[in-house]
Amino acid sequence: MGEAIVVTSGKGGVGKTTTSANVGTALALMGKKVCMIDTDIGLRNLDVVMGLENRIIYDLIDVAEGRCRLNQALVKDKRFDELYMLPAAQTKDKNDISPDQVRKIVEELKPDFDYVIIDCPAGIEQGFRNAIAGADHAIVVTTPENAAVRDADRVIGLLEKTNISQPKLIINRIRPNLLKSGDMLEVDDIIQVLAIDLIGIVPDDEDVIKAANQGEPTVMNPNSRAAMAYRNVARRILGETVPLMHLEEKSGVLRRMRKFLGMG
Amino acid sequence: MNVKSLVTIKGVKDGLVFLLDDDCELDALIEELEAKLQKHEQQLAGPIVHIQIKLGARQLPEEDRERIRSIIRKQGNFVVQSIESDPPPVGPADYSSYKVETVTGMVRSGQTLEHEGHLLLLGDVNPGGAVRSTGDIYIMGALRGVAHAGCAGHSEAIIAASLMKPTQLRIAEVISRPPDEWASGESWMEYAYLKDGAMQIDKTAHLHHIRNRVLQAKGV
Repeated sequence: MGEAIVVTSGKGGVGKTTTSANVGTALALMGKKVCMIDTDIGLRNLDVVMGLENRIIYDLIDVAEGRCRLNQALVKDKRFDELYMLPAAQTKDKNDISPDQVRKIVEELKPDFDYVIIDCPAGIEQGFRNAIAGADHAIVVTTPENAAVRDADRVIGLLEKTNISQPKLIINRIRPNLLKSGDMLEVDDIIQVLAIDLIGIVPDDEDVIKAANQGEPTVMNPNSRAAMAYRNVARRILGETVPLMHLEEKSGVLRRMRKFLGMG
Repeated sequence: MNVKSLVTIKGVKDGLVFLLDDDCELDALIEELEAKLQKHEQQLAGPIVHIQIKLGARQLPEEDRERIRSIIRKQGNFVVQSIESDPPPVGPADYSSYKVETVTGMVRSGQTLEHEGHLLLLGDVNPGGAVRSTGDIYIMGALRGVAHAGCAGHSEAIIAASLMKPTQLRIAEVISRPPDEWASGESWMEYAYLKDGAMQIDKTAHLHHIRNRVLQAKGV
């Protein structure tokens, strides 16, 4: 029996879909059987980020309304044999499906997969309630901005009222140079306010934008720092203990050497 | 024997006011209300009349209010506009009778913790969250949201917090907005109180200046 994990944030644009795509792909990269569900009905993006848009035949609403069987709607990834995606409908809206229908679909997927990753829409209305309906765990994504932290706090409060276990936190799009100059919220300050376990910090990385536009999740690029961070998140989900990555810019051999000699 | 009427009907500019006795049994009150309406059925008929109902000091749950509403609605042309009780009386006497109650947990954005009496909160109040209490508020944790002590009107209430970083503080009717009015963030525990109607902040060690129950510590 697999686990269902919802990726949520409250605020839009903090990287829920990017996180879903990358964590899902990273888990598949580690040999797990993964299904990603896009619940952002009417504004679906996960298929675009994954580069699977042109393979969609049926969607979540078709399954919910019985127009097709569940495995007919699953889109198999082009890179991995054991990575699937259930796309959202683009022509409907959030009210066209109920939390119970989503829960039924997730329950149906869990025996066949190790992980079911549910990509949640922004907001705390119907779409949010649909997305969290079938989830066992939750990952809350935030960025080091006050507005995003506020919304994350609100969402954590709502999650705590459900039977989802303690949500985990990803702090996304950290810009090390702003951190250094003190112009950005510190990781520690965010954790102090939100008071939940951190499962990853992801630096802001141009590769993420490039990769998303090419329909290729960043984790596939071994040179990207964000990719490293997402792989670490996946390893922590699998239960490994992985130290948080250092956020300073890549240091050259010379600088590392100097640091080692105590001159840095 | 002349019994005091339980239901008094008064005419005002925009309708009728029903003054209901707040001392008797509810059933007796409802009986008399029904009787009175029946007796005057002919007199009261006519165009639509707006009714205000005053319960006095009596506090009623929604189902009893609905009972009263449905009786009055039987008179076809009556429209119940409001059912009001007097606000519960406040006074220094019942403030001193408040007990401290402990609540454990976090108040997150969008959540409100309401409390009667003194509140000891073990946990944080985050920005966007609020705690309201009729008595004092003591927070063993960080206060980053809104706290309203003495929200029923007691201006002697205080707000104390291990880390005082509120978005807003309210005591009784006074609202204060840091850091425009006062700055904080000291490393010692602080409390807020009202002095001549203005919000003041001081360290908790000075609390005995305004609360004068002197502690008799044993020792040499």
